[in-house]
Amino acid sequence: MKRLALILLLWAAPLWAVEPDEVLDDPVLEQRARDLSKGLRCLVCRNEHIDASDADLARDLRLLVRERLVDGDTDAEVLDFVVDRYGEFVLLNPPASGSTLILWLAGPAMLIVAGAGAALYLRGRRNGREPEKLSATEQAELDKIIRS
Amino acid sequence: MIVELGHFTLILALMVAIVQTVVPMIGAHKGWSGWMALAEPAAKTQALLIAFSFGALTYAFVTSDFSVRLVVLNSHTLKPMLYKVSGVWGNHEGSLLLWCLILAIFGACAAWFGGNLPTSLRARVLAVQGSIGVAFLSFLVFTSNPFLRLEVPPFNGQDLNPLLQDPGLAFHPPFLYLGYVGLSMTFSFAIAALLEGRVDAAWGRWVRPWTLAAWVFLTIGIALGSWWAYYELGWGGFWFWDPVENASFMPWLISAALLHSAIVVEKREALKAWTILLAILAFGFSLIGTFIVRSGVLTSVHAFANDPERGVYILLILAFFMGGALTLFAARAGAMEAKGVFSTVSRESALVANNILLTVACFVVFVGTMWPLVAELLFDRKLSVGAPFFDAAFSPFMVALAAILPFGALMPWKRAKAAKTARPLWGALLLSVASGALVWTMQTGRSFLAPIGLVLAVWIVFGVLADLWLRSGRGTVADKLGRMARLPRADWGKSVAHTGFAVTIFGICAMTAWTTEDIRVAQVGESFKVSGYTVTLDDVTQGRGPNYFTTMATISLEKGGFSTVLQPEKRVYPVARMPTTEAAIENGVWRDLYVVIGDPQDNQGWTIRTFVKPFANWIWAGCIIMAFGGGLSLSDRRHRVAAGATQRQRSPAVPAE
Repeated sequence: MKRLALILLLWAAPLWAVEPDEVLDDPVLEQRARDLSKGLRCLVCRNEHIDASDADLARDLRLLVRERLVDGDTDAEVLDFVVDRYGEFVLLNPPASGSTLILWLAGPAMLIVAGAGAALYLRGRRNGREPEKLSATEQAELDKIIRS
Repeated sequence: MIVELGHFTLILALMVAIVQTVVPMIGAHKGWSGWMALAEPAAKTQALLIAFSFGALTYAFVTSDFSVRLVVLNSHTLKPMLYKVSGVWGNHEGSLLLWCLILAIFGACAAWFGGNLPTSLRARVLAVQGSIGVAFLSFLVFTSNPFLRLEVPPFNGQDLNPLLQDPGLAFHPPFLYLGYVGLSMTFSFAIAALLEGRVDAAWGRWVRPWTLAAWVFLTIGIALGSWWAYYELGWGGFWFWDPVENASFMPWLISAALLHSAIVVEKREALKAWTILLAILAFGFSLIGTFIVRSGVLTSVHAFANDPERGVYILLILAFFMGGALTLFAARAGAMEAKGVFSTVSRESALVANNILLTVACFVVFVGTMWPLVAELLFDRKLSVGAPFFDAAFSPFMVALAAILPFGALMPWKRAKAAKTARPLWGALLLSVASGALVWTMQTGRSFLAPIGLVLAVWIVFGVLADLWLRSGRGTVADKLGRMARLPRADWGKSVAHTGFAVTIFGICAMTAWTTEDIRVAQVGESFKVSGYTVTLDDVTQGRGPNYFTTMATISLEKGGFSTVLQPEKRVYPVARMPTTEAAIENGVWRDLYVVIGDPQDNQGWTIRTFVKPFANWIWAGCIIMAFGGGLSLSDRRHRVAAGATQRQRSPAVPAE
């Protein structure tokens, strides 16, 4: 009996990702909600978006997103609304503004640098010298070694 | 007693490692052959000692010796035997011991198979390998001793994290470590070569098998981890761009670049300094990965043993090895004069492009992984960098890589003509674009992803076929096939591995774009339709396994003449107090059927999630094909014979000043 109670207790804890009772009737709105959810972080989990998370907080956020959508908010308005309350940390896709621009531009900038470096290297290789031929004395010395 | 012996041999191994580091290094520097010769027995002894130590810990786990702290924390008498054994490395201390064991075994392998290496190079390689051993063994002995006893042993253990009690995850860490630690071997070779001041084609030939082996193991390890995430986490995701996943992905990318650039060193004696740098960085990323997983600086789904103090220690190891290696590199790299001359359009240049794309892609992953830390420290911004960023910033590099792959693979060395190289590929290009267009029209209104994936995959596969066809010369089809079969294994390895890359790309794109999902509450006996399949919830029963309780649903799926029964479970592990989902999956070549049972509802119904995931298996099939290709290349004759090595052995090493 005690064991049964334990199991029931544990069962009560997890909720699994999107629950059927959360799903909106309008498939277009629901799809938008799903897409938005995939970009929002579950704040009490580790690196999970709210669409996949089983935490209570994630459920609250999912419901919040749907509520705003039903009220007629645009996607951007919904995200602003959530960020206002939970901070920038909630966005899995860091906005390309301010210091975060460095993050977004790091890849392309590195590609340009690497490309330029490679171009210089390739030019050097194209004009590089073939290994020097042996001089007459060296050749004679080599022949001597080979013959011995 | 056995446990104490294990502890004792571990300390002995540390002593041996110190000797292995110091004596041969001095010997190689002074040219004393007796001192150099000590490297080999030391490497073998170290491996045997750690093997005994590891055996002792395994013994404690298998016999459930609850006077050992680690066993109490990670085991339980009811646990199946497989997980008692895998519990040895399912925690920080044990996995570190496994890491040291593999490190020592690789060192011993270099001692065994390195007979044809020049004496001083071999002594230096083993000494560097020994020094890595010293760093990690002392870390283990001084901060994370796995053999600690408890004064008052409890009656039973606290069980292993139930998520880790799974065949996929039981073997995921050993493979990853084989990969990580395999890269330590290339690192040792790079440092030894810098100390010797000599990098030539023979060096490239010795290094390449180690890189290839490490890359193959990493591929398998990453694929196992991703496969596990797919079936265990309950919603069919396979890659989360989690810091820990990135930690294993970065060495993979760098080692992929390294094994391509090592070909240039081997065949053309160019790109030497670059290859050395890659070898250093590859192991550097392995260490960074270790740091990320064990320090808990970047929180993640499966980081274990988070402890800042340990993080500091690993950071010191990282700083010592990377700082030392890069300083040495800066001092000596100038001496690595390239010999090969080649034009801007050539196989060499194509491999340079490959290296740029792979390393910059790795750089993007690195920056993305570390950015939350940087942003908080420097800009006081608390933000997340998640999957959307990586998808957008990383994927273009892979697309570019796939796009240039067939050209590069077909180009001749030294000097190529672009038009001539492209000629045999027109067919492949046409076919791939046509198939992409076909799919695009068939699936109107959905994302670009699947058609792009298909175009790239078809392009690579037919590029590979065109390559094989050209390589097989002239004559009748029978002649050509005969010659094709006799191509060197390395060529086949290349073709197979590239094909695997194509298969994985297609799998990822197709599954991501075409997954259909259904979430609903179903009563027992109720049927519903999901993309053509009739799904019926037949029954839900309660039961118990060896160390868990389960709620098991019986769900039948039917479409046309096809029918199957799946039994997804929800488990509760009472000792660890953790629930897990066990998705039930009907694997198929064309699609996976994936069902998950959720919570009971107030109206006696159950939440049922049904996914139809087209081409899901292709993701991992591609990885296996890639690994197989690597294995084929590894078995190439020239690695076994190592021609040229014996002639070079006689020439004395000239230290570069």
